[in-house]
Amino acid sequence: MRKLAIFALVLVGGLIGAATVWTVVRPGALTGTSRVVDATTQVINRGEYLARAGDCIACHTAPGGTPFAGGRAMPTPFGNLYASNITPDDETGIGRWTPDDFYRMMQKGISRDGSLLYPAMPFASYTKVTREDCDAIYAYLMSVPPVRQKNRPHELRFPFNKRELLIGWRTLYFKEGEYVPDPKQSAQWNRGAYLVEGLGHCSMCHTAINRLGGTSEAQAFEGGMIPNQNWYAPSLTSNPEGGLGNWSVKDIADLLQVGVSHRATVYGPMAEVTYNSLQYLTDEDATAMAVYLKSLAPRDAPPAVTSTERLTQPAVLEMGRKIYVQQCVMCHGNEGKGYPPAYPPLAANPSITMATPVNPIRMVLNGGYPPGTRKNPRPHGMPPFLHILSDDEVAAVVTYIRVAWGNAGAPVSPAQVNELRKLLPE
Amino acid sequence: MARAAKNRLSHFACALGAVVAGAWLVAAPRALAQDAAIPAFKTLDSMEARVQGCTTCHGQSGQGTGNDYFPRIAGKPAGYLYNQLVAFRDGKRRYAPMNYLVAYLPDAYLREIAEHYAKQRPPFVLHESVPADAASLDRGQALARTGDPKIGIPACVSCHGANLTGMEPGIPGLVGLRPNYVAAQLVRWRVGERAAADPDCMKRIAARLTDADIAAFAAWLARQKQPADAAPESSNLVRMPLACGSQR
Repeated sequence: MRKLAIFALVLVGGLIGAATVWTVVRPGALTGTSRVVDATTQVINRGEYLARAGDCIACHTAPGGTPFAGGRAMPTPFGNLYASNITPDDETGIGRWTPDDFYRMMQKGISRDGSLLYPAMPFASYTKVTREDCDAIYAYLMSVPPVRQKNRPHELRFPFNKRELLIGWRTLYFKEGEYVPDPKQSAQWNRGAYLVEGLGHCSMCHTAINRLGGTSEAQAFEGGMIPNQNWYAPSLTSNPEGGLGNWSVKDIADLLQVGVSHRATVYGPMAEVTYNSLQYLTDEDATAMAVYLKSLAPRDAPPAVTSTERLTQPAVLEMGRKIYVQQCVMCHGNEGKGYPPAYPPLAANPSITMATPVNPIRMVLNGGYPPGTRKNPRPHGMPPFLHILSDDEVAAVVTYIRVAWGNAGAPVSPAQVNELRKLLPE
Repeated sequence: MARAAKNRLSHFACALGAVVAGAWLVAAPRALAQDAAIPAFKTLDSMEARVQGCTTCHGQSGQGTGNDYFPRIAGKPAGYLYNQLVAFRDGKRRYAPMNYLVAYLPDAYLREIAEHYAKQRPPFVLHESVPADAASLDRGQALARTGDPKIGIPACVSCHGANLTGMEPGIPGLVGLRPNYVAAQLVRWRVGERAAADPDCMKRIAARLTDADIAAFAAWLARQKQPADAAPESSNLVRMPLACGSQR
């Protein structure tokens, strides 16, 4: 706590210092009479930055809608939830909320009217956000244009439409409390942990979600299928499946903030996170998150793929190799090394060899563009092959890239491809 | 005399070329389709390399591929292509594979992609034309060249250009598009699944077209040859018969 306080002091001190310097050097500024970046502006600016780190906009904005006005459908295994209007409209938004109301919602997952929030709102992560940061986010949200738009009622199946059930969920899966810095770790590590576990709410996707929609702390950051999106969120721990242990801090930070790196590229739901949220982080914060993520200890990693599981029919492998040579070599190279960061490597890329082959199959079927970000505004893209390759051919080429060049993945079946072919890309 | 001979010779060469190409098309349609669709580029740091994500459907230069749906995008006005990319990104034009691909691309980059394809001038992809009787083809030609004043349909050429190569900045070229694609778009417009910026002139027209009209125009269009100048017309040559939001 003390470290954090010192950190906050340093941060505030730095901001005041920067403001002073700016006032002095600003052309035409009259010392004493000019408007410096006043305290309110500083708080709102910081709130905007933190709201981006929390990616509020992604869920609280309907496609093509006004930012923060809500209405976006959130499909869950229990039915559709609709994100609420968090613009400061008095009638339909949070215009009448106080900072205390807002803090209670972030900290405890309880709305202004006392109702329990569904955990699609990541209050299990946001509970770690400090009071000061919550107040800044509140100040920012109060400063955006109010939009009059009634919240759309959720469409949850019985019994999940009974909010009383949430008491049970909370007992099982919710631990309230602000982030407590680890005094044995550096300020940078603690800042990273604060962002990853708090506003970043990474565990919402990167920890397996069980049938009750809960995440187990024992499995934190070990990876899991994202319900209703059918992408696999890989492990963030150092396990060999897809962990970050042997990555450089720079590559992890780049992946988060830039969307591409020398090790891998973000697509699908993570592209959205980078596009809406992580690209706006400072280099310092992106690096802090990377330092923390790299340090996550390996957990019980899945057993290595056995040689029996890796057995591949020579004819399948040959079909896969031929397709690879024809369609993939241009961008990913003969040795699967790619041309990073433009085209990602496939050799030694854990996203290719993960036990769950959903991501490589989807990439071959649907292609993808990394997000266009401030540091990579013109990303290179991969085309879809679903109309060119049959299920057998996709299975063969994905099998090939999972076992070639020393990759230790298992073959995939045409049936697995067929399942994913039926889904709409998203 | 010399010119006429040269013309005859070039007609003969064209016909021969068409026969040879046609034979190849029959023999290996998949190979032809695949050539344009196989990723290839010269320099990594180029637009050509960046738009490889488009190639398996739209071809290396935006000429289209063997698939009978994906449209030719080469040479369409940049303003039109940009409007479509933005509409796909924001979910206002719905086609899931496109919505997914461009979901997280910023305006400036979409503009650059649009300008890249607007500059391309690849030859037409040879494709099968749909069967149609003479009356239907006459109707298609009439709609294209003179419209149908009785039901308030202006000629296609009055906005899409004398050679149907489009008009700057926002009206697409039609010549070279596949009949399935053209028919599907007109139907989507008619039922309200596709829309352009208000005032949506195309909506007014599509609402007046019958299924038979749409089929007639698509079949006639598929029989048109590539014009010598594939560039869209400039925007200030003609007064448009209907107000059109895409031209503002």
